[in-house]
Amino acid sequence: MFADYSWSELGSIFAMQGFAGLVLFSVFVLMALGLAIIFGQMGVINMAHGEFMILGAYVTYMCSNFFQSAAPALMPISFFVAMVLAFFASGALGMLVEMGLIRFLYKRPLDTLLATWGLSLILQQAYRTIFGAREVGVTLPEWMMGSLPLTDIIEIPINGLIVMAITLAITVAVAVVMFRSRFGAKVRAVVQNRQMAGAVGIDTEKVDRLTFGLGCGIAGVAGSAFTMIGSTGPSSGQLYIVDTFLVVVFGGATSLIGTVASAFTISQAQSTLEFFLSGSMAKVLTLLTVVGILMLRPQGLFVLKVRR
Amino acid sequence: MTPPFHAARKTELFGFLVLAAFVLLVLPGVVDPFRLNLVGKYLTYAFVAVGLVLCWGSAGILSLGQGIFFGLGGYCMAMFLKLEASTPEATKIQSTPGIPDFMDWNQLTALPAFWEPFHSLAFTIVAIVAVPAALAFVIGFAMFTRRVGGVYFAIITQAIAAILTILIIGQQGYTGGVNGITDLRTLLGWDIRTDSAKTILYFVNAFLLLGVIALSIAVRSSKLGRILVALRDKEDRVRFSGYDVAAFKIFVFCFAAAISGIGGAMFTLQVGFMSPSFVGIVPSIEMVIFCAVGGRNSLIGAVYGTLLVNWGKTTFSESFPELWLFAMGGLFIAVVMAFPNGLAGIYKSYVQPLFARIVVRPAHRRRPVGGGKTTPAIAE
Amino acid sequence: MKTNDKGGAPRSMLRRKLMIGSAALALGLAAAGVGHAQTPPTGEVNTTGLAVTDDVVKVGILHSITGTMAISETGSVQAEKLAIKQINDMGGVLGRKIEFIQEDGASDWPTFAEKAKKLLVEDKVAAVFGCWTSASRKAVLPVFEQYNGMLYYPTFYEGLEQSPNVIYTGQEATQQIIAGLDWVAKEKGAKTFYLLGSDYIWPRTSNKIARKHIEDHLGLKVVGEEYYPLGHTQFNSVINKIKLKKPDVIYAIVVGGSNVAFYKQLKAAGIDMTKEKPLVMTISVTEDEIRGIGGENIEGAYATMKYFQSLDNDNNKKFVAAFKNMWGEDMVIGDVTQAAYEGPWLWKAAVEKAGSFDIDKIKEASPGIELTTAPEGYVRIHENHHLWSKTRVGHAKSDGQYEVVYETKELMEPDPFPEGYQ
Repeated sequence: MFADYSWSELGSIFAMQGFAGLVLFSVFVLMALGLAIIFGQMGVINMAHGEFMILGAYVTYMCSNFFQSAAPALMPISFFVAMVLAFFASGALGMLVEMGLIRFLYKRPLDTLLATWGLSLILQQAYRTIFGAREVGVTLPEWMMGSLPLTDIIEIPINGLIVMAITLAITVAVAVVMFRSRFGAKVRAVVQNRQMAGAVGIDTEKVDRLTFGLGCGIAGVAGSAFTMIGSTGPSSGQLYIVDTFLVVVFGGATSLIGTVASAFTISQAQSTLEFFLSGSMAKVLTLLTVVGILMLRPQGLFVLKVRR
Repeated sequence: MTPPFHAARKTELFGFLVLAAFVLLVLPGVVDPFRLNLVGKYLTYAFVAVGLVLCWGSAGILSLGQGIFFGLGGYCMAMFLKLEASTPEATKIQSTPGIPDFMDWNQLTALPAFWEPFHSLAFTIVAIVAVPAALAFVIGFAMFTRRVGGVYFAIITQAIAAILTILIIGQQGYTGGVNGITDLRTLLGWDIRTDSAKTILYFVNAFLLLGVIALSIAVRSSKLGRILVALRDKEDRVRFSGYDVAAFKIFVFCFAAAISGIGGAMFTLQVGFMSPSFVGIVPSIEMVIFCAVGGRNSLIGAVYGTLLVNWGKTTFSESFPELWLFAMGGLFIAVVMAFPNGLAGIYKSYVQPLFARIVVRPAHRRRPVGGGKTTPAIAE
Repeated sequence: MKTNDKGGAPRSMLRRKLMIGSAALALGLAAAGVGHAQTPPTGEVNTTGLAVTDDVVKVGILHSITGTMAISETGSVQAEKLAIKQINDMGGVLGRKIEFIQEDGASDWPTFAEKAKKLLVEDKVAAVFGCWTSASRKAVLPVFEQYNGMLYYPTFYEGLEQSPNVIYTGQEATQQIIAGLDWVAKEKGAKTFYLLGSDYIWPRTSNKIARKHIEDHLGLKVVGEEYYPLGHTQFNSVINKIKLKKPDVIYAIVVGGSNVAFYKQLKAAGIDMTKEKPLVMTISVTEDEIRGIGGENIEGAYATMKYFQSLDNDNNKKFVAAFKNMWGEDMVIGDVTQAAYEGPWLWKAAVEKAGSFDIDKIKEASPGIELTTAPEGYVRIHENHHLWSKTRVGHAKSDGQYEVVYETKELMEPDPFPEGYQ
């Protein structure tokens, strides 16, 4: 298939393809990080993860509408304002949900699955009632939708760069919070031994609430970022949920590093296969491989060793 | 056997007879043929719910992928019926007559090899039970021998459900894709679309369901059933007592899968088509909620739970379609938060004592039957 | 409680008076109806027990208003309700007002089948306007054939089907595709094509027809063909492949949420559609979809279908005004919405031609029925229950509307089983 092309063309295409793989990797990390934090640290599977993401997207939508009508001059930065708002909106909703729902179910982790699934149905219908059944078009600042032409063929999509930057920022922030801050130390203590953590004076309930809020907030940021590359509608969250779960499961679910590693593996496999095969076949092959590996190693790539 | 256990069997037997009367006599008596066909469709989901009671209620294994097995059973049946419907005469406008229409649309010119055995009804009937059970065995073996369980098992089954959906939709030349396998007409020449056929199928379905429940009751009251309960409550102790925990879990998972397959096949027969929308995440979780509403520990309750939720869904979505999702979501949350033992729990804590008081049997002691997670069967 | 008791007697008196009054009114109306030549007695126009009374005829609307397909189907529901309202304002069908029963298919094919059966068996509706995806139509088709109902199906679709119980008011694949390809080859000098689609039957069949036409009839070249799962959101790899192959035309049949992702990523990757190098041509993006994609992200692309909101004729102006009046100024109307709007009108014409609501008579009367008031201009029902219609090419503008740049001179003949394209 490459016979007709010059070396420089091929080189450019492979560079572009590598970039595409990195963007996909960033998207996967961004999707999965919130879910992995909540599951890894609290043992709760948040089935409404996609809906928290879409809340972020709707916040971005409202924000961009507001800027367009009230302050068109500030439009170029509206997106970043929206992203911060999305974090707080999803995070606040997450904390509310934790207070009203999740905290009664810590002893029954399987039941949190069902309860959050119920929540996702309610949220979807709420979006449909509030914003209408149709997708909404999020107007983004003009500069974000273009590309940077490097050579004749190589053109770097700016939104891809932004997604990568956001992912990097969020990942670093999470790593710092989890491994370098007092709060992170508390979270890890609660994960490892809830009773002992409580006994040494850590307010475990507060830690749980903030962790859940953090996970949901990151989902909100992800949703906000995905308005650049995807659709915003009441059930758009469902588009991401399968990939998200796969990444988390494959990564080993309890380890954040595992999540990143798994996102990298799956994204590179998929993006390479997509280039050589048809898109549908690539997806199927990737999925089959993931399942195959899960059968051989059901605990996922990385496992956090904790004495239970 | 201890006396309380005996009493539990007695109430279960009583419940079984009431259910049989309800399904076989009351419903066909009061419901018109159209609604009866709907009830028949709901009862096929009850197979899955009964399987979930065994898996989840008894053994503590929550699978969010039971739709896979329901779908596989349904697809096996649909393949047989589709081959029967695709006679060369009926498909003579195709470029390759004699193969199912969707294959022709996808430029297939010969029947794929894995379709061939489905010309035989006997093979199909075996496959309906065996294919889901075999897949369950593979999944169960991989997971349980490596001691994967709990939430983690739940999301892996869910991921598998999602993957299978994508596979089925993607391989449309072999599976009918997103449309599914449609336009099924006859079973060995017997038209399954007529009202009389639907009524007969309803009864076949009801008898099969009752049979499956009877079998499940037998499993649960055997020693095997009690080991399952024991490993749900304290898996390590069972393991230390010398039992092969994985084998028991694999067995019950396969059993539940096989039951679900039967349900799927009956679904195909009664509804007249099978589509990938049953294999995915959403139906799989909905089936868990049927079971949860009925009571995750009650085989009988699972049937009522299925009927109640689906009846609610149908009537609600006829009058207030927009509110339906709110109601369904609210139901999920309410059942989990307030009634973890579902209808059966409500019956046991409110209705049964009332009966006891009316009938006045002072000698009869009230004791927890079956019990939920909150009442471990093994005392600490 | 007491006040209620007190008020009870007069209220019931009032109610009785009202009832007497309304009964008299109904009698009067009925009398007037009998006197009117346009209202034949129910026994004559309804011999098969449909839900038709002396002044009301019931029809069904069956679309998804919840679930993933609600995004697309909302417009069709609105259009059908508008058509029914307008017909009622003109005096109804055979002197009877249309009442609709709306059911929700919930984006789930078995639910569609269940609800279709309910509409036909329990409600005994005289016609059903509904379904959107091919899968939902395939699910309800056996129900309509078994219980002899009438379905008006609005979506452009893959063809390969022809049922006496269905009137297909959207275009089948050859009608939609061939004219557009001819145009792009002749006017734009396109030589090479890259075919792309979501992975299910409609895009696959459409691309098969497109490939046959490009290779066998136009003598041009297809340089790539590619499918992505429904709901796929990452198109960077295929965009790279497109850049490598440098086709003249990207022929895209991506649907649903994937659409938004595809066009946003195409633009971000530096493919400026307004430069037409490559030119983007689609058959799956109507004005409805552009709302989600954003006009600025798809500006410059071409679409081939039978209707665009910007069509310049009196029928369409009236239709657009009425639609916006009923559903809001910010509404947009796409091809399928317009096709859905034609459904009730075609049914009305068939009933009036047959002089009866009986399904068998409508089936027989349908071929040859013309609609001169259709927003798209003029349509006629073919023997095969599809519509003769013109095909148009629209050029997407940044405000989310298409500018019509080409329209076939003649009506395109519907050909659901095209010879030479299989």
